[in-house]
Amino acid sequence: MSKVRIKTLKIDDRDVGAREDQTILEVARDNGIHIPTLCQLDGLTNLGGCRLCLVEIKGSNKLLPSCVTAVEEGMEVSTNTERLQKHRRSIVELFFTERNHVCAVCVSNNNCELQNLAKQVGMTHVHFPYMYPALSVDATHDRFALDHNRCVLCTRCVRVCDEIEGAHTLDVRGRGIEAYIITDLEQVWGESETCTSCGKCVNVCPTGALFEKNKSVAEMKKQTKFLPYLTMMRGARR
Amino acid sequence: MELAAKKKAESTKDKRKKLVDATMRRHGHASHALIETLHSVQEVYGYLDDDALHYVAQELRVPLSKVYGVATFYHFFTLKPQGEHTCVICTGTACYIKGVPAILHAIKENYNVDAGDTSDDGKLSVLTARCIGSCGLAPAVVLDGEVTGKLEPDTLIERIGSMIKNDA
Amino acid sequence: MTHEEFIQLGEEQRKKNEQYKHSIDVCVAAACVSMQSDKIKKSIEDEVKKKELGTSCRIRGVGCMGLCAEGPLINIDNGKSLYCNVKEEDAQEIVSAIDKEPVERLKLSADVPFFNRQLKIALEDSCNVDTESLDDYLAQDGYEALFDVLTKMSPGEALQEVVKSGLRGRGGGGYPTGLKWSTVQIAVTDKKYVICNADEGDPGAFMDRAMLESNPHKILEGMAIAGYVVGADQGYIYIRAEYPLAIKRLRNAIKQAERKNLLGNNILGTPFNFGIEIRLGAGAFVCGEETALIASIEGQRGSPRPRPPYPAESGLWEESTLINNVETFANIVPIMKKGGEWFASIGTEKSKGTKVFALAGSIKNTGLIEVPMGISLRDVVFDIGGGILEGRKFKAVQTGGPSGGCIPESHLDMPIDYESLITIGSMMGSGGMIVIDDSSCMVDVAKFFMDFCQSESCGKCVPCRVGTAQMHTILEKITNGSAGMHDFQLLEELCDIVKNTSLCGLGQSAANPILSTIKFFREEYLSHIHDKHCPAGVCKIKKEEEVIS
Repeated sequence: MSKVRIKTLKIDDRDVGAREDQTILEVARDNGIHIPTLCQLDGLTNLGGCRLCLVEIKGSNKLLPSCVTAVEEGMEVSTNTERLQKHRRSIVELFFTERNHVCAVCVSNNNCELQNLAKQVGMTHVHFPYMYPALSVDATHDRFALDHNRCVLCTRCVRVCDEIEGAHTLDVRGRGIEAYIITDLEQVWGESETCTSCGKCVNVCPTGALFEKNKSVAEMKKQTKFLPYLTMMRGARR
Repeated sequence: MELAAKKKAESTKDKRKKLVDATMRRHGHASHALIETLHSVQEVYGYLDDDALHYVAQELRVPLSKVYGVATFYHFFTLKPQGEHTCVICTGTACYIKGVPAILHAIKENYNVDAGDTSDDGKLSVLTARCIGSCGLAPAVVLDGEVTGKLEPDTLIERIGSMIKNDA
Repeated sequence: MTHEEFIQLGEEQRKKNEQYKHSIDVCVAAACVSMQSDKIKKSIEDEVKKKELGTSCRIRGVGCMGLCAEGPLINIDNGKSLYCNVKEEDAQEIVSAIDKEPVERLKLSADVPFFNRQLKIALEDSCNVDTESLDDYLAQDGYEALFDVLTKMSPGEALQEVVKSGLRGRGGGGYPTGLKWSTVQIAVTDKKYVICNADEGDPGAFMDRAMLESNPHKILEGMAIAGYVVGADQGYIYIRAEYPLAIKRLRNAIKQAERKNLLGNNILGTPFNFGIEIRLGAGAFVCGEETALIASIEGQRGSPRPRPPYPAESGLWEESTLINNVETFANIVPIMKKGGEWFASIGTEKSKGTKVFALAGSIKNTGLIEVPMGISLRDVVFDIGGGILEGRKFKAVQTGGPSGGCIPESHLDMPIDYESLITIGSMMGSGGMIVIDDSSCMVDVAKFFMDFCQSESCGKCVPCRVGTAQMHTILEKITNGSAGMHDFQLLEELCDIVKNTSLCGLGQSAANPILSTIKFFREEYLSHIHDKHCPAGVCKIKKEEEVIS
């Protein structure tokens, strides 16, 4: 058995130890240091797409996503500088301007990770113009619905469907600002040939984009425990 | 007579399928051959339709939504059938500053087609490309696969006219 | 093929060439072909046949001669006379004049700055080799560098030449090539790959295309040398589907090289194996970014992933991968032939060698040039480029494509090298150089680039996906006269976010065209905002009276 090497580094001026295969985010969490995240979810591969977990590393001008950056010996990481706070606020704002996030009428109101992030980073208002795209809601599935207006394209649903359920019913269509989530060859969800209706996508969705039907405003609470459980069980089997 | 025509149609269908199959075989039906295979499909059928996407997904064992995600990510692929003739307008920087907006306007005026669309009679598809690398000839246009350059809007309209007329 | 056979092949071809009294080289690179040069070549061949000159006249289709603006170009007897703007009907006259005085009305003087101020290394033999003949390349010592490296040098020694040369990546970033190669050389993975990035997506750039169309074997040879140095046995060329002619010639060249055992197993009788396959891009600019390019070769959506790890550590199928662009590989053969020190003697302290640029826009001599690093922008634009089109006034030169910036008159004396260009908010990029005159509006130019970045953004990270769209909207407002100073401030703020927080190079540099035009042409922005007036008369601004009526 090969020995796991230990690295020592500083996070926010605290000396911490880490296994060499750990990411900055993991080590920070182990040490009770909170870094905001959105696309990251334990049990799924990390993407580095939401840019909220960016951190500063001494000696580099580039901000690096802590969820995918491996620790290095002697690293000096800052997770909450003024520069980072400013950028995080702006990024959360950009999320809000991209689609139509109207919390007051959303099934996930008060149970929404995007909403929580806004509070966390101290976003009091949105000062970039809203883009108001005209987007649809797919309610053709028996039990679930997909509201593109609330989607932040974190692709948690795509990853859980592929990596955990193994169906890969969901993916992203197009690119850039025109990208959106699709099922199979972009037929409506209800007609999907591959969906197993397992509902994992709904439960990992951070916002009200994926929800159970017949839920009214603020009624949609996600079941978040299954993924760490599945990951643990599968790890044990291996 | 009718039977012969039908047979002929069947055999072209077979031939096309064989070309696509050959591409997949060359890559050992590996999933990473997806983009190469889609190129092959588009080359023989002119566009990517659902049947073809289904077929490729099955043969390469790539999830449907992933095939679709790839096909729509790359703008070279088109999911709609193209017109009989195509006019690809280069929208690179050099072409842009040498008058692409005027060209697009002239085409819209004369054929009522916007970039990315096909005329109602199915004769002409107008596409734009991100720099075809003929900047020395700006503004450059590709008419049915042939690059021509340094065109004024009027001359281009004339050229498109004769291109469409030729097969009438 | 053994080395003796290899030498013999070259000898035979050289002897064959010497039999001819005259040579007629017709440019068959894309720009000239689109002006019918392939048909002209055919007419000349017919004419030569008719006059029974077949044994004394050698006709070749050769690569880019550079001066695309005057194409189609024909080179008679290795530079004795250069004909420009040739038409099919000129064939008879050209052939008739071959033993006599040249055709004056078609003649172009080669003793002009466009030709005599250039220094050709990457493009050295591009207009002097038959684009489709391996034998012709062999006659000019083709694959000799590969043979020498394989038989006389260890991978470490060959690497040292690249390190000594000081060559830096020609795709834009300018990362030291020797350092990249050595990282891959020492990497420990099951397999290693060499990738040639020919996804030349910058609008306004056509250097790589011309190199591949002109002398594809030189790139294959450079890649094989790289394979030997880093220990890879498989190479890929990722090329844009928009370049059909280059793809055709590359396919042909790979087949020829395989047949002669210059690619494949036990190359030239040595234990070295190396194969090259082509992968087609499909219209996604972001695939020029190396991690996105790798995803694309793997058959995925071309989304970049965060680096580190760099492809040199974990690239294609998570194996160590060397990625260089076409021009970088084109410099390898000359470096191996003449040595790293020779290469390092050209250029500036930190930017060695030459750089190929594609001149386009409002410039007289549009085309392809290669100049030593350190030459001034003014010399390129006004001397080699022949200056601005008649009746127009110079306004800016745009370098680095959508990642670069617009450089005004006041900075034209700056030397061209990686660092200087970055200092003024542009970048070397792959080498597109577009000259902009006073008939263009700089806000409109910035909008053009932002439209480009917005539609090329892969959508994976938020700042680039939403930020570029927001910036485009604001520029739209400025150019239609509905923006106020508040929007202008938002624009600057967005530039800062997108630049600092985007995942890949596309996003990180997307703001450059805006930032550089704000820096150098701020008054144009302000004129649109305050006076509702476009100084160049490009933007259609609704005057307030019109809005009311």
